[in-house]
Amino acid sequence: MEFLRDLWLFMKERKKYWLIPIIVILLIIGVLVVFGGSSAMAPFIYSIF
Amino acid sequence: MAKVIGISAFYHDSAAALIIDGEIIVAVQEERFTRVKHTEVFPLASIAFCLKEGNLTIDELDAVVFYDKPFLKFERILETYYTFSPKGLVSFLKAMPVWINQKIFIKKKIIDGLKEIGEFDRKKLKLLFSEHHLSHASSAFFTSPFKEAAILTIDGVGEWATASIGVGNKNAISLKKELHFPHSLGLLYSAFTYYLGFKVNSGEYKLMGLAPYGNPEDEQTLAFITKIKATLVDIKSDGSVWLNQSYFNYATGLRMIKHKKWLDLFGLPPRKEKEAIHAAHCNLALAIQKVTEEVVLKMAAEAKRITGSENICLAGGVALNCVANGKLVESQLFKHVFIQPASGDAGGALGAALAIHSMYFEEERIISEYDAMKGTYLGPSYTDLEVAQMNTAIGAIAVEYSLENEMQKMISEALVKGKVIGWFQGSMEFGPRALGNRSILANAMSAEMQQKVNMKVKKREGFRPFAPAVMEEDAGQYFDLKEKSPYMLVTSQLKEAYRISIPKNYHNLSIKEKLANPRSLFQSITHVDFSARVQTVSRKTNPKFWNLLNEVKKITGHGVLINTSFNVRGEPIVCSPLDAYKCFMNTELDLLVINNFVYKKTDQPDWDDNKKWQLDFQKD
Repeated sequence: MEFLRDLWLFMKERKKYWLIPIIVILLIIGVLVVFGGSSAMAPFIYSIF
Repeated sequence: MAKVIGISAFYHDSAAALIIDGEIIVAVQEERFTRVKHTEVFPLASIAFCLKEGNLTIDELDAVVFYDKPFLKFERILETYYTFSPKGLVSFLKAMPVWINQKIFIKKKIIDGLKEIGEFDRKKLKLLFSEHHLSHASSAFFTSPFKEAAILTIDGVGEWATASIGVGNKNAISLKKELHFPHSLGLLYSAFTYYLGFKVNSGEYKLMGLAPYGNPEDEQTLAFITKIKATLVDIKSDGSVWLNQSYFNYATGLRMIKHKKWLDLFGLPPRKEKEAIHAAHCNLALAIQKVTEEVVLKMAAEAKRITGSENICLAGGVALNCVANGKLVESQLFKHVFIQPASGDAGGALGAALAIHSMYFEEERIISEYDAMKGTYLGPSYTDLEVAQMNTAIGAIAVEYSLENEMQKMISEALVKGKVIGWFQGSMEFGPRALGNRSILANAMSAEMQQKVNMKVKKREGFRPFAPAVMEEDAGQYFDLKEKSPYMLVTSQLKEAYRISIPKNYHNLSIKEKLANPRSLFQSITHVDFSARVQTVSRKTNPKFWNLLNEVKKITGHGVLINTSFNVRGEPIVCSPLDAYKCFMNTELDLLVINNFVYKKTDQPDWDDNKKWQLDFQKD
């Protein structure tokens, strides 16, 4: 949560809101890759890619 | 009374520095402990060392500060890929997992790292982030002896900035102008470092050392300079540079340059690391060195125009280019020049901590008459008891001198006779230069010493020059120095009186022939263009080293010695007595001196660790 708050404050300061979707997508992919190793998440990844 | 620890990490040259009440207590690079050169790991050992030396716990710190802003850097990376897309997809796919898994979470990584050192109250910990070039600027200005000064920082890249001009006044720094990525003097120099077969981020010194072998009058050199300026880089009148990205690949690629285009431009294929060095390589090294000097001087002139100051402070990796620094001093654009001795990213840890002390806590800055760097002797030291314990543990045979003077007399006699000495005293240096506490010393007047120390002791390229250490009061007798040079950051020319005339075809000689050609009374420390990267040794900052030089002077009439870092190629400078002993036993060093203990190679027990030890260090 602290990370998301910091990221939001940074975006507000820099006023580069167009970066938000890119970062969100990258973070989602990152989360999927991290949890992708577990069997519960694996089918979800395969269905996307 | 602010107690601040500054950290640099996660890219290269991890380090930590402790500031208490504005005074630098200690500063050290993590590579000195891990024994991995330029290591990027979180500086656990360095922070632990800072806390131990300050007798502090993490809870007692007023702030911990990281030397750059990770989100801002991430923004630069995303915007760069977006700008160049669809080019750079492969590099993007390789870079993103590292960012998403690690680098974007640097705050968490710092907290986790601190937890490994000791328990602390997370809510109490003030964790701050300083901008990369502000950290560099602080490391130069807040340690300088100036109340006000122009500040120039130049490196590869920080977040967005690759160079900045600022003004420092008492407790504050204001950055007035920045040059942004991908246009960067540091990256231009690194591109040539790569092209000429040296490693980026460590081989830049080699490129600088190679440049004097080039022929300044050769048409090829002049043509290279013209091509660089016409095709690769547009140098504006204020010193800012515009790099033609169609020739470079570093912004979104996995290499520094586009090989084919450079081959077409210069007519040279990229040199491989082990390939021979030819005259064309030397001429190209000289060409980029000349271009770099031109840009640095133009940037400095712009800093002068903006600030009107008589003083200038320099930092950032390019500020370690002592030839360019020498040209700046010679130009007399500024009356006084101060260069941060740890100008690379390690010094960012120090600068970040000083910035927080002066600009965040707004506490009074200490302005020293000399400077605040304490001779850079800011690292670990070892007591005689610790040395004696090591001797017992490994069976090393040493003679302990009770009288320091006697030991120095004996060592000076050995040096004059041509012995090569490992010299280990007191606190180790912070930054890339060994300045007489972790040094290899040898006779500067011996003609064969340059080859002997390069090949048999340091085990590095034969063309690389050595720097002289000279007593501060005598430096003007030998070198055209405008100011003292305690940190080996400025090259100057050897005075005519000590030169030997060179043949007319000197510039056409090969590297080996040039090296062997007699040119100086101090052959081993005079580079082929009569320049030397001088260290002036002050009796006040390093009395032991000064006394040794004085003893040498009593014998030879000249208090000048070769001073090179105590390590072999690829090894970080030795930190502990054991590091020093291992290096001593695995090289052709004749004598080792640790504090007042003297070790003769012939007295030592068998040592069969040689091959394994050599493999421990990856060649730089």
